[in-house]
Amino acid sequence: MPEVLLTAAAEGAEVRLAGAGAWVAHNARRLEEEIEEAARRYGTAARVAIDMGRVERLDTFGAWLLERLMRGFAARGAAAEIVGLREDQRALIDVVRAVGAERPRAPRGSPLAAALTAIGVSMAAVGGYVGNFVAMLGAFMAALARLAVHPRAFRFTATVHQLDNVGWRAVPIILLITFLIGCIVAQQGIFHFRKFGAEIYVVDMVGILVLREIGVLIVSIMVAGRSGSAYTAELGTMKMREEIDALRTMGFEPIEVLVVPRIVALVIGVPILTFLGSMAALYGGGLVAWLYGGIAPDIFLSRLREAITLETFEVGMIKAPFMALVIGIVACVAGLNVKGSAESLGLQTTASVVESIFLVIVLDGLFAIFFASIGM
Amino acid sequence: MATNGRGEVVIEVRGLTVGFGDHVVLDGVDLDVYRGEVLGFVGGSGAGKSVLLRTIIGLLPRRAGTVRVFGVDPVAADEAGRRAVERRWGVLFQQGALFSSLTVRENLQFPVRENLRLSQRLMDELAVAKLEMVGLDASVLEKYPSELSGGMTKRVALARALALDPDIVFLDEPTSGLDPIGAADFDALIATLQRTLGLTVFMVTHDLDSLYTVCDRIAVLADRKVIATGTMASMLASDHPWLRAYFHGKRSRAAASAPPPRTGLQE
Repeated sequence: MPEVLLTAAAEGAEVRLAGAGAWVAHNARRLEEEIEEAARRYGTAARVAIDMGRVERLDTFGAWLLERLMRGFAARGAAAEIVGLREDQRALIDVVRAVGAERPRAPRGSPLAAALTAIGVSMAAVGGYVGNFVAMLGAFMAALARLAVHPRAFRFTATVHQLDNVGWRAVPIILLITFLIGCIVAQQGIFHFRKFGAEIYVVDMVGILVLREIGVLIVSIMVAGRSGSAYTAELGTMKMREEIDALRTMGFEPIEVLVVPRIVALVIGVPILTFLGSMAALYGGGLVAWLYGGIAPDIFLSRLREAITLETFEVGMIKAPFMALVIGIVACVAGLNVKGSAESLGLQTTASVVESIFLVIVLDGLFAIFFASIGM
Repeated sequence: MATNGRGEVVIEVRGLTVGFGDHVVLDGVDLDVYRGEVLGFVGGSGAGKSVLLRTIIGLLPRRAGTVRVFGVDPVAADEAGRRAVERRWGVLFQQGALFSSLTVRENLQFPVRENLRLSQRLMDELAVAKLEMVGLDASVLEKYPSELSGGMTKRVALARALALDPDIVFLDEPTSGLDPIGAADFDALIATLQRTLGLTVFMVTHDLDSLYTVCDRIAVLADRKVIATGTMASMLASDHPWLRAYFHGKRSRAAASAPPPRTGLQE
């Protein structure tokens, strides 16, 4: 049975409340209930005395609840006084007494207005986003034009460093993933084509699919997840720690120093990765065709030579640098959009990956229309 | 719990050794902090003041020695014992360490919400009370930490450190980055809160004005050890070369001649 923190005795119009025990944080929940109970029951009392003599410990929680009780009585016109307060407790009571009376409320509007506001804000954000994307593309192109005039300002070391990060270090994972995709496509093809006795056409399917579409798409999606997110997080952290402002005050243009090397590294790296990935996928497809479909490697190769042309390969490779450009621009826009908080960094990194993957697929569709209409 | 003429020892550090790799930062540090005092902890930049603070509160591992807070070793204690001790201290980090994705109100209510089951009304009222105690008001409640100035951040961080009414507060350079007026206000604030709440304050600082105005006792860290503890007067009287350089340097004379110790704090 926990001790009672507040006892009450009514003597006519006068009420005597007596506190006891520890009026501290871990008792605050119980104390609040007892105090509210006392305030309700003796709300009509004309005079109230609160005896604090047996309260052993008092902290801000207890002091505030006492003050709330006093204010409650005062608001109803009762004469309330505190007696038996120890000298060391009085200072705390005085501090709490100075606290503003009104209870702060979280601002709240109608749900309909909030929903409409949210729609409006997100539409404006989409508009702002398109603007940012175009602005970053323009700034990147302008920086490239400046660098074409002053090639010595190009940051070669930084570019090589980024190329190492996004290109060279990505090779193993890209090879592994594209190899597996090639295997899966070939296996599925053989399984279903076998019903028509048309296993050999698997070679056509794997060759065209991998070189035209899958190679570049898989690589772009991997790079968006792997390097785009890293760009956003790096630039965002630099933005949060005012490093980008520091660069600007030293007379450097952040676009030239930070954005150009990153995007240039992607534009060089992604086509190379696409080439390596396509080869790995073809290798995987050939391996499965041999082991699972019984198509010997020399037959696979000669069939492949008939099925694809240089154009098939070119279609995939032409797309790669554009995919890289989109990923790089989206990642850098998101990075520079980071505001002060850790949450904003997380949001922007997510947005960077989701948007670049989305745009990569949209762009792939546009390229498909384009190549179809020029007959490639 | 050990006591001597000065009262109860709330923090007891014995033979504490802390290092990173080959680099030994603290080597056999002994330190006592007594209940209800303001201890100023000084030492050169990189001497390991913050390392000692972070080791006491259990953020850094130690190689040897014991740390007892209220007679309990927070690292050796079991989960319940450690939480009980952790609830009795509040920490003001150098950069404030406010949660950047929470508003000021949510920052202040976070420790309360996690530890006590209080009504929303009481938590809201207490958030305002704590803010007013640190010299702010309810207008900052819905702001995010990135919208606050440096001085406001420190005050909100102090309010959060006080959220559970701790017995000890650890302050890591509370006045760094504040202008002299703001720093003096903050010193006065710490002194006022210390008196009204009966706090024990462990303050790492470089600010000589803080040492003069709020600290009851000073501990000095140099050569990986606590080389001296005592009042400001005993620091000034010492002829240890480092202490002479620190307390009699060019910058210290101005501080010494300015406000007399522990007065002018009432506002």
